Amino acid sequence: MAVFGPDVDRPLYGRGPSAGLRFTVYALLSIALMYYDQHAHWVQHLRYVLDAAAYPVQVAVSSPRAAWNWVTQSFQTSDVLRAENKRLHDQVLALEMSVVRQDALEQENAELRGLRAALPNFIKKWQLAEIISVETNPLRQRVVINKGAAAGVVVNQAVVDGSGVLGQVDRVGPWSAEVILVTDPEHAIPVEVTRNSLRSIAVGSGNTGELLLPYLAVNSDVKGGDLLVSSGLGGVFPAGLPVARISGVRREPNQLLAQVRAMPLAHVERDREVVLLQFEPAHPAAPAPNPPIAAEPPPTPKAAPKAAEPDE
Amino acid sequence: MSGGHPRLIVLTTTIIAMVFTVIPLPTWLAIVRPAFLVLTVLYWSIMVPRAGGLLLGYGSGLALDVFQGSLLGEHALALAFVTYLAIRLHLLMRAKPLFEQSLFVFAALMVYEFVLWVIDGWSGHPLSTPARWVHAATGSLVWPLVVGILGRFRTTR
Repeated sequence: MAVFGPDVDRPLYGRGPSAGLRFTVYALLSIALMYYDQHAHWVQHLRYVLDAAAYPVQVAVSSPRAAWNWVTQSFQTSDVLRAENKRLHDQVLALEMSVVRQDALEQENAELRGLRAALPNFIKKWQLAEIISVETNPLRQRVVINKGAAAGVVVNQAVVDGSGVLGQVDRVGPWSAEVILVTDPEHAIPVEVTRNSLRSIAVGSGNTGELLLPYLAVNSDVKGGDLLVSSGLGGVFPAGLPVARISGVRREPNQLLAQVRAMPLAHVERDREVVLLQFEPAHPAAPAPNPPIAAEPPPTPKAAPKAAEPDE
Repeated sequence: MSGGHPRLIVLTTTIIAMVFTVIPLPTWLAIVRPAFLVLTVLYWSIMVPRAGGLLLGYGSGLALDVFQGSLLGEHALALAFVTYLAIRLHLLMRAKPLFEQSLFVFAALMVYEFVLWVIDGWSGHPLSTPARWVHAATGSLVWPLVVGILGRFRTTR
């Protein structure tokens, strides 16, 4: 105990304010902080500064992973690299082919809709960002990326990877931003089933491989394997981005709602880089600036049968 | 690792514990990961209550809030409360055998998580999966290990 000397070993009581009083002060301080964090704007600025201070530590904490990635990459044999190169080459060819077809289809679609020329691409700008830390526990599914306000990142920007929607930007620091994933239990994304345009909301489950669709009636037309794309409601995600694939539907006859689970298409566990999207605000496919509340009431069985509704 | 200023040792070990607390892990490992930061703060509060004191608990809790993006002051309040309990009971705890200390640590971790749970519910994020309580059990299991490791910093000269 000699290490700590007389300074730290003097009696705890009878000097200065008591521990209870000091605890009360700290407790009041944190309650005030929490209150203002929820209700006041200046705390956001404080957080911005604190995020800047925390950035070096976040980079340091993620460095073992980055180092491991670097090591595994630099020790790959040339055979592996050649195979990967060939695979990527083939992939580029396939993508080019589909783009050629897509241009033609877009043109045709525009003509069918009576527009003079094809609409410009609704994605104005996209930028790559690297993931510097991942938090995937049942309470919070977030990643931190290495682009922030300095690179033009804004709150609510859509984040995707090569295969689907990953999430949206939740908090922006100067050089980093926090992305809330679609699988976060506090996240919900308006989706529609591509097969029949049935709209619903996909809520995060807290599990990296699962989304829940809790608001579908027991008799709604969904089945395993259906593709879910973003519906464009809600004002964050544009219409038509792939989100997930239905993995299971359970219908209990005595329940009003079906239990529908879906598997997200984006690979949070494997991604190292993500794409941030920016939209042309005037484009019809871009999300509306002032969104309606994206909550869909459970469909009533016979809601005002309108005349001339085309049968399927 | 002997000598040195005690406050420096406390601060260094707390920062290391913080890194272990926020380092990204696969989901199942993150669930069973003990709250190293709480364990370290508890250790110093029981063994050398003067060195860190309440400020150690409050400050490191606040830092955790910044790193994890949680409500500012949430972990600070929970950790300050647990630190306060540990400081009040430190003379009692020091004399107990490791097993009984582990039981106390389990209770303290449950209290810590309970405070977080209450604040989560109050701030509109009510998430009550059983998984959030798991770390209290693993934390109390690794307590003897924490005592062994941090004890080396404390007593060797």
